[in-house]
Amino acid sequence: MSAETLEKAIEKKPAEALLSKRRKKLVTDPLVDENPITIQVLGICSALAVTTQMKPTLVMAISVIFVVAMSNFVISIMRNTIPSRVRIIVQLAVVATLVTLVSEVLKAFAYDMYKELSVFVGLIITNCIVMGRLEAFALGNKPYDSVLDGLGSALGYSWIILTVAFFRELWGSGSVFGIPVFDTISGIFGPDFKLATNGLMVSPVGAFIILGLIIWVQRTKTGYVEH
Amino acid sequence: MELFSLGIRSIFIDNMIFAYFLGMCSFLAVSKKVSTAIGLGAAVIFVLTVTVPVNWLLNEYVLKEGALSWAMADLASVDLSFLRFIMFIAIIAAMVQLVEMVVEKFAPALYGALGIFLPLIAVNCAILGGSLFMAQRDYTLAEASVYGFGSGTGFCLAIVALAAIREKLKYSNVPNGLKGLGITMLLTGLMGIAFMSFMGIDL
Repeated sequence: MSAETLEKAIEKKPAEALLSKRRKKLVTDPLVDENPITIQVLGICSALAVTTQMKPTLVMAISVIFVVAMSNFVISIMRNTIPSRVRIIVQLAVVATLVTLVSEVLKAFAYDMYKELSVFVGLIITNCIVMGRLEAFALGNKPYDSVLDGLGSALGYSWIILTVAFFRELWGSGSVFGIPVFDTISGIFGPDFKLATNGLMVSPVGAFIILGLIIWVQRTKTGYVEH
Repeated sequence: MELFSLGIRSIFIDNMIFAYFLGMCSFLAVSKKVSTAIGLGAAVIFVLTVTVPVNWLLNEYVLKEGALSWAMADLASVDLSFLRFIMFIAIIAAMVQLVEMVVEKFAPALYGALGIFLPLIAVNCAILGGSLFMAQRDYTLAEASVYGFGSGTGFCLAIVALAAIREKLKYSNVPNGLKGLGITMLLTGLMGIAFMSFMGIDL
């Protein structure tokens, strides 16, 4: 026992509650006020391509939540041993390993989904949210806090892409989670009544426009103005 | 001729930005001025042209199922494709570093211009995406080289065009909530509609 560790033991503060106010803020802040997509402009890269349907979007969201939380955890544990000159490549190696894990699990248990998501699972590696949280938070904070921070950011990302996917699938294919909505409505009003789907929503252009509008609504509500 | 049409297709029809949303982060962040956009675009062309063929060699001779049979007959049944992500990203990070060192040594003027963009490129989705698409579509080496160059050019074209529009946009009166990212997303959507006109072309 060195003097240093002894000193630490004496200075030890009472343990923080498992879900204290500060920790709750870590999770809730990125949901609206610090949303990674609409406010910080991160992680748009691989997200929008999968949002034509709700199902692949949900799988993508779950994968991102797993990767962000786990990589934050792992990097946070190693934060004192990583030399800062090589930290990018260390981070990339950790993230790539986790993404490989996700990809192999998908391949084994949900092969159709794996085919549908194709290269976009791999592109979680270069998702700016992952690297951004590692750089900005996990390198300087304790593991448990880092996991919470990762969860918050990933959830903020998830609800945005799920919203985009909801509108794109509803207007583009007339369904939600594969359940036909437009056909059911048409069925109620008789054979002459038909709701048309919009092909633009299925194409990438639809995603840009929907996301642009969501950003508009969200920023008007929070009052955030970019200069 | 095949290669030429692949090049044209990867620039206009399968455009990295408008068809696959790849490299959106830097596309949105570095498109405020035309001069910096040209710098980033040139760096992306450069790195994609180098990394896609190198990753092709890696994929063909190390990672694919049976790729290692040139080394030993026993290894013919080995399939290392699950290592693809980590190997590709390692190669990209290493190549970016190498390119940076070479450019710094032999073309200091170019290094000054590209300087800050080169390290950023290692984590650009467009670069990794290019390599992953190459592996998925079973290109030959020549096709992979052309594809790398073409998709880089497509990205460069898109980012320079957007930067030019955003420079003009400074003088217009945009609603508060739409300022910055919002209006840029809508703009990108409109540009995407323009690029959709290339889709009908059958090469």
